[in-house]
Amino acid sequence: MTTASARFYALGERAVVIESPPPVEETCQQKIWWLARRLSSHWAVRGVIPGMNNLTVLLDPALLLPTNFLPELEALWQQATEEPPHSHEVRIPVVYGGDAGPDLPDVAHHAKLSPDEVIARHAGADYLVYFLGFQPGFAYLGGLPEELATPRLAEPRLSVPAGSVGIGGCQTGIYPAVTPGGWNLIGRSTVRLFDPSASPPTLLQPGDRVRFVPVEATTCLK
Amino acid sequence: MLEVIQGGALCTVQDLGRQGSRHLGIGHAGALDPLALAIANRLVGNPVGYAGLEITLGPVELCFARAGWLALAGADFGATLDGVAVWPGWRTPVRAGQHLHLGSARIGTHAYLAVDGGIETDMVLGSRSTDLHAHFGGLEGRSLQSGDRLPLGHPHPLLHRQGVKLPDWSPLVRALPGPEHAEFTDAARQRFWGEAWQVTPQSDRMGYRLHGEPLHRDAERELPSHGVLPGVVQVPPSGLPIVLLADAPTTGGYPRIAVVIEADLWKVAQTRIGARLAFQLCDAAEATAARVEQTGYLRYLDWSLYGG
Repeated sequence: MTTASARFYALGERAVVIESPPPVEETCQQKIWWLARRLSSHWAVRGVIPGMNNLTVLLDPALLLPTNFLPELEALWQQATEEPPHSHEVRIPVVYGGDAGPDLPDVAHHAKLSPDEVIARHAGADYLVYFLGFQPGFAYLGGLPEELATPRLAEPRLSVPAGSVGIGGCQTGIYPAVTPGGWNLIGRSTVRLFDPSASPPTLLQPGDRVRFVPVEATTCLK
Repeated sequence: MLEVIQGGALCTVQDLGRQGSRHLGIGHAGALDPLALAIANRLVGNPVGYAGLEITLGPVELCFARAGWLALAGADFGATLDGVAVWPGWRTPVRAGQHLHLGSARIGTHAYLAVDGGIETDMVLGSRSTDLHAHFGGLEGRSLQSGDRLPLGHPHPLLHRQGVKLPDWSPLVRALPGPEHAEFTDAARQRFWGEAWQVTPQSDRMGYRLHGEPLHRDAERELPSHGVLPGVVQVPPSGLPIVLLADAPTTGGYPRIAVVIEADLWKVAQTRIGARLAFQLCDAAEATAARVEQTGYLRYLDWSLYGG
């Protein structure tokens, strides 16, 4: 198992990191989530950031220094289980193509598929939220069918509309807020991925399962 | 109430930032120079973490709807209250109807204004700080503009004007080696620690982008996305380092050559565009000692203002 070769190290004076070597596997990520949940109630922990195969743990350095926490982190990683979290399945309605997804023809061309076939395969797959980052509520999803992988745009757009569904390399995701971005835009959703006044503030949580559901423009976009 | 007559190009409500929501992609935000905000707050009798204004690009003009006390710390913007100079590091009484004017930074880059009682915009996800990228916190998640009105907390009775000695800025910034430090070539590591790096105009609240001779790695492995924090120094493929600051995203994928110690991060933020800064290698014990020293400075400041 990966336990033996995981790296444990300090990041600056107030954080520690557990990093498991590649490949990226759901079972490893389940251990990361377990550890994140377990540590978020630890007396000296002020935050946790799950990444891809890794977890960054923020400490209050006045209470506990990273070097003094590393042995405990290592011991906890040994105990970490691969139990799947109590995850939700979230269905996200998407208007594919047209103005909502201007790069759909390019993705189809790259995949040597028809645009309808791209939609069918993108909406036919099960996705897993590995972690959130980049923007509040932005989910790094695993599960994009390999044939849909498309290189990022050579020239990133200066402004991508909120809710845009894109493909960048072998990843797919939804932009929660207007941002510059280099992914190929294949559709758009009106679901709100981040609402600072809601509890929890993000629609998606690490461990959630996601399905994209194609809808007609009139039923979704105003 | 504090009325904004002129908001300048960048002036935001900030406190000491958000913690505990980073696993949802929610960043830290908060003052780029938390030490200056803490000093300004203590001068007017507030706890260190009350919200104040971070003034980056003026001109900013504010009108006080109630009497109270104000204090400025951090960069020197040549501030005036109804035409009379207000010095950073002092608390000054203010009468209802008086106008505070801040032009542009003469020394440093970011000024902090604290008012007794603090600025009481809504608390969002545990902080009043403005997140300019996700558009929430502070006042509608944006920079202030003319016509904005900021609610203030209850005033404190304070007796007289008083000043404190502000910490000295220097371009020497202590840092710990980052997790990928050893992956850089010997020459790159020597350059990183040995040369002065120029702050470029592409620098902002997310991070300061530095210019110098590019740094290369021995290993060109791709790193999986990982958590990052303010203070982390990333080196993207251009080889030019970026010091991440308060508005940095929660995750990144570039190698981390170093992490600036918390006690010195304000010095990075107060370095002017075009000026140079240099990284000084230190160890965990020195970082702890520097943090304890900074806490001690704030305690001394408390003692000098309010006695034992």
